[in-house]
Amino acid sequence: MLQSWVVVFGSFGYIALLFAIAWYADRRAKAGRSVISNPLIYSLSLAVYATAWTFYGSVGRAAHDGVGFLPIYIGPTLMILLWWFVLRKMIRVSKLARITSLADFVASRYGKSALLGGLVTVIAVIGILPYISLQLKAVSSSFQIIFRYPEIVMPGNTGANPILKVTAFYVACFMALFTIAFGTRHVDVGERHEGMVAAIAFESIVKLVAFLAVGLYVTFGLFDGFGDIFGRAAQREDLARLMTPLAAEGALANWAWMTVLSMLAIVFLPRQFQVAVIENVEEKHLKTAVWLFPLYMLAINLFVLPIAFGGLLAFPQGVDPDTFVLTLPMSRHMEGLTLLVFVGGISAATGMVIVETIALSTMVCNDLVMPILLRWRRLNIASRRDLTSLLLEIRRGAIVVILLLGYLYFVAAGEAYALVSIGLISFAAVAQFAPAFLGGLYWKGGTRNGALAGLSAGFAVWFYTLLLPAFAKSGWFGMTVVEEGLFGLAALRPTELFGLAGLDQITHAMIWSMIANIGAFVSVSLTGRQSATEHSQATLFVDVFTQTGERGSLWRTTTSASALQTLLGRFLGPTRAAELFLAYAGSRGLRSVEELEADAELLSFAELQLAGTIGAASAHAMVATVAQEEPLGMDEVMTIIDEASHVIAYSHQLEEKQQELEAATASLRTANESLKELDRLKDDFISTVTHELRTPLTSIRAFSEILHDNPDIDAAERHRFLGLIIKESERLTRLINQVLDLAKLESGLAEWQSSNIDLAEIVNDAVGSTSQIFKGRGVKVEAHLPATVPAVVADRDRVMQVMLNLLSNAVNFSPSGTGRVVVRVETEGTGVRIDVEDNGVGISREHRDVIFEKFRQVGDTLTQKPAGTGLGLAICRQIVTRLGGRLWVESEPGRGSVFSFTLPLAALPAAVRPRAVA
Amino acid sequence: MPKSSRKGPRLVGLFLLGCLFFNYPMLAVANARATVLGVPVLYAYLFAAWALLIVLVAFIMERTE
Repeated sequence: MLQSWVVVFGSFGYIALLFAIAWYADRRAKAGRSVISNPLIYSLSLAVYATAWTFYGSVGRAAHDGVGFLPIYIGPTLMILLWWFVLRKMIRVSKLARITSLADFVASRYGKSALLGGLVTVIAVIGILPYISLQLKAVSSSFQIIFRYPEIVMPGNTGANPILKVTAFYVACFMALFTIAFGTRHVDVGERHEGMVAAIAFESIVKLVAFLAVGLYVTFGLFDGFGDIFGRAAQREDLARLMTPLAAEGALANWAWMTVLSMLAIVFLPRQFQVAVIENVEEKHLKTAVWLFPLYMLAINLFVLPIAFGGLLAFPQGVDPDTFVLTLPMSRHMEGLTLLVFVGGISAATGMVIVETIALSTMVCNDLVMPILLRWRRLNIASRRDLTSLLLEIRRGAIVVILLLGYLYFVAAGEAYALVSIGLISFAAVAQFAPAFLGGLYWKGGTRNGALAGLSAGFAVWFYTLLLPAFAKSGWFGMTVVEEGLFGLAALRPTELFGLAGLDQITHAMIWSMIANIGAFVSVSLTGRQSATEHSQATLFVDVFTQTGERGSLWRTTTSASALQTLLGRFLGPTRAAELFLAYAGSRGLRSVEELEADAELLSFAELQLAGTIGAASAHAMVATVAQEEPLGMDEVMTIIDEASHVIAYSHQLEEKQQELEAATASLRTANESLKELDRLKDDFISTVTHELRTPLTSIRAFSEILHDNPDIDAAERHRFLGLIIKESERLTRLINQVLDLAKLESGLAEWQSSNIDLAEIVNDAVGSTSQIFKGRGVKVEAHLPATVPAVVADRDRVMQVMLNLLSNAVNFSPSGTGRVVVRVETEGTGVRIDVEDNGVGISREHRDVIFEKFRQVGDTLTQKPAGTGLGLAICRQIVTRLGGRLWVESEPGRGSVFSFTLPLAALPAAVRPRAVA
Repeated sequence: MPKSSRKGPRLVGLFLLGCLFFNYPMLAVANARATVLGVPVLYAYLFAAWALLIVLVAFIMERTE
C-alpha cells in the first residue's frame, strides 16, 4: 500500500488541506470573525517550536545521552513563567511601536538604527541556516526511508548517496514555492498572517497526534508499557548507563546551559517572535498559553524515551536513532501509522520552515534590502506610490535564497551531525540577541553602539566556535584550524578556546560568546552616549507599562513635525514657531525642520512651548489633538478658554497694579523732593531771619551799653542815641510783623475778606497816605486812572498793602529832587493791570527774579545799609498770587523800573463809578 | 486588581521552584539507580516535576482572575 505514489499523493493532499485551512482563516479574518483569536489557537501556534528536531531528533538525542533532549523543552517551560513580564512587555511595545520583526524591534529600540537592523537580520539568517538544513535533512531522509518500504535502509552519508542531496534539493525548492504561496500572497497590515497561523495550529495538532500515536503503539503495542521497556533496556549493558545519564562528567553543566539556551531560543527564534509577538491578537491569550504550551511540550515528549529505548532494543546497530519514529512502525508493517508519522514529520518541518522563512524574509526585506534601496537615490524608490509589489518580490526572492542557503548548508555541513546538534547551533546563534534585546527592554542605558558591539562580538565568537568546526567536521575544508587552532595557536582552538576543555561544544560556545557579547554591550554602552532618538525610544521601550496613552512618545506615528509647527504657529505666530523649530532642529544636529521627527522629545518640546502661552493643561490637550487626531471635546474647549481668560485677566491686573505702583512711586519721589526743598528753604529762612533780627538788636544793645556805661554823656548825644534805639526797635517790630505775616500767608492761615473793591479808590488812598514821604524825598507822584475802573473781587487791605509797598519801594529808589513816580491802572482782557513806574536806578536783568525772594535786596548789603526788611516784595507776590493775579517787574539799569501786577475781574462786573483824578 | 497583581509574584515563585526542580542538586539526587513503577527515578522525577509545575501554573492563571 505504501507505494511512492501513495506517499507523494498523501503529502500533496496534506499540503492542499493546509492551503484550504489558511484560505478559510484569511476569509474569516477579512469578514472580521477571526478564527485564530482564541487562546487555544495561540497556544497551538506557539507549538511551531516543535519541529522535525522534536519529531525525529529528540529520539535520536535520547538514544545518545538519555536526557539531553529535555532541557530544550524545560527551558521554555521556565521561561514562559516569566513571559507574564517579558513577553507581555514585548507585545505591548511591538503594538505601540508597530514592530514587524525581531530586527525591527532591536533597531527601533536603539534609535531606529538601520545598521543595527541589518546586523540582526544577517545574524538571524546565517544563524538559522543550520536549523533550516535540519528540516530539509529530516524530510528528505524520511522520504528516502519511506520510499524503500518495506525495507529499512538508512540514507547514509551524502557521499554514498547523491540521491539524498537531490531529494533535499527538491524538498528545498518545493518548500520555497510552498512558503511563497503561503506567506507572500499579499502584504498584510502589521505583517500579520491569519491564514498561516491557522494552518500552523492545525499542523501542531497533526504532529502531536502522529507522535502520540507512534508512542502509544511502541509503548503498548510493541512492548508492555513503560516498565517493560525501561526494564528490558536496563538489562542491556550498553543501555544501562542511560538510566542514570547525569552521572557523566559535565552532564549537569551541559544540562544547565542547554536550559538557558532554550530559554533564550523560545523568545529569540525569529519564528517564535513572529507567532508569539507579531501574530498575537490579544494579550490575554497569554494567560492560557502560559500553561497550555508547556502541556503540549510535555505531551509530545512523553513517549520520546520509550521510542528511543524501544528502537535501541528492537533494531540492531546501523539504524540511525533519528529515524526510529518512522522506522519502528515500518518494521512492523504498520502502513497507516507509518503514513501518519510521515505526514506528522512533514507537518513539523513545514510549519517551522513556513514561519521561519516568512519571518526572515520580512526582516531581510524591511531591515536589509529596503533601507539600502531607499538610500540608493538613483532608483528613486521613495517617490513610487505603490511599493507593495516590490515588497512582495523582495520577500519571495528572500525566501528562495534562504532555503537554497539552507540546502547548501545541508550539503556542506549537515551530514556530519545529528539533528539536535545542528539545531543547537542555531539556538546558540539567536541567543546572541538576548543581551541587546533584554538589555534594551529593561535597561535605558543600553546604546546603539553597545548593541552593535555586543551583537558583533557574540556573533563572531559563535561563528568561530560553532560554525567553523561544523564546516570543518564535514570535510568541507581541513580540520587543521579546529585541531591546532588559528595560526597554529593551541589557545585559539575553536572547540577549546583558551584551553577551556571538557565541555559540550555548545556549552563551550555559549560561555565564550556570552562573555564577549554581554561584555561588549555593557562596556560600550557605559562608555558611550545616546542620541536623542535613542533616548526617547529607550524610554518608550523600558517604561511601556508605566506610560499612559497620553505620553508623547506614543503619538509619534500619527503626527508630523510640520503639523506641530502649524499648531505652534497658531498660538505663537508662524514666525516665532518657525524660529523655535529651527533652533530645536539645530540643537539636534539637523539642518532643517523637515528632518525633524515628531518623536516624544519634539512633542514635549512643542507642549512646553505651548504651555508657556496657554497653560499646561491646554497645551497638553492641543498637542493631543494634533498627535492623536482626537476631536476636541466641549469640555476641553471650555477648559482652554477658562484657563486662557484667567491668565489674561491676571496679567491685566498685574499690569494695572504695576502702573499704579509706578505712579505712586513717582509722586512720592516728587513729594520727597519738595519736602527736602521746603526743609532747605525753612533752614535758610530761619537762618536769614535770625540774621536780620540780630542786626537791629545789635544796634540797640550797643547804644544801650554806651548809655549805661557813660552816665556823664551829654544830653544831645544821649538824645541822639535814644532816637536810634527807638528807630531800630521800630524796625525790629516791623520785621517781626512781616515775618509773622509772611508765615501766615505761606501757611494759608491768613484771613481773607473778599469783597468788590474799587481799585481807583485804593490807588488814590495809597498815593494819599504816602504823599508825605514823597514830599519829604522830593519825589513827584502821579496817578493816571481811566474814566471807569472795573470792580475786582479781592481783600481790600491786602491790595492796599501791595500798593503801599510798591510806592514806598519806588520812592526809596528814586533820586531826590528829580524823582518821578507814576501809577497807572488799565483794563486788559480778563483782568486789571496796575503799574508803578519810577525813574530810579533800575534793576539789572539777573536781579529781576531775585528781588521777589525773601531777604534779598539788590545792592551791596555790606557797604549799604538796607533800606527795607527784604520781605516786602515777597509778601506782595504772595498776596497777588493768592488773589489770582501776577506780579512782575520790567526794568533797565539807570532808566528806572516798572512794577506791575494784575488782578482778575469779578465774575459779574460791579458798578463802575467815574472817579476824579487826584 | 489586588488579585491580579498577585499573579506576577506567584509566577516568579513558580519560576524559582522550577529552577530548583531542574537543577543541581535535585537532579543529582534523582539521578539514582532505582525505578518507580519500572521507570528510572530520574525520568519519573523529571516528568512528574514538569507536570506538577504545569498544573500549578494552570491553577494560578485560571483561578486568579
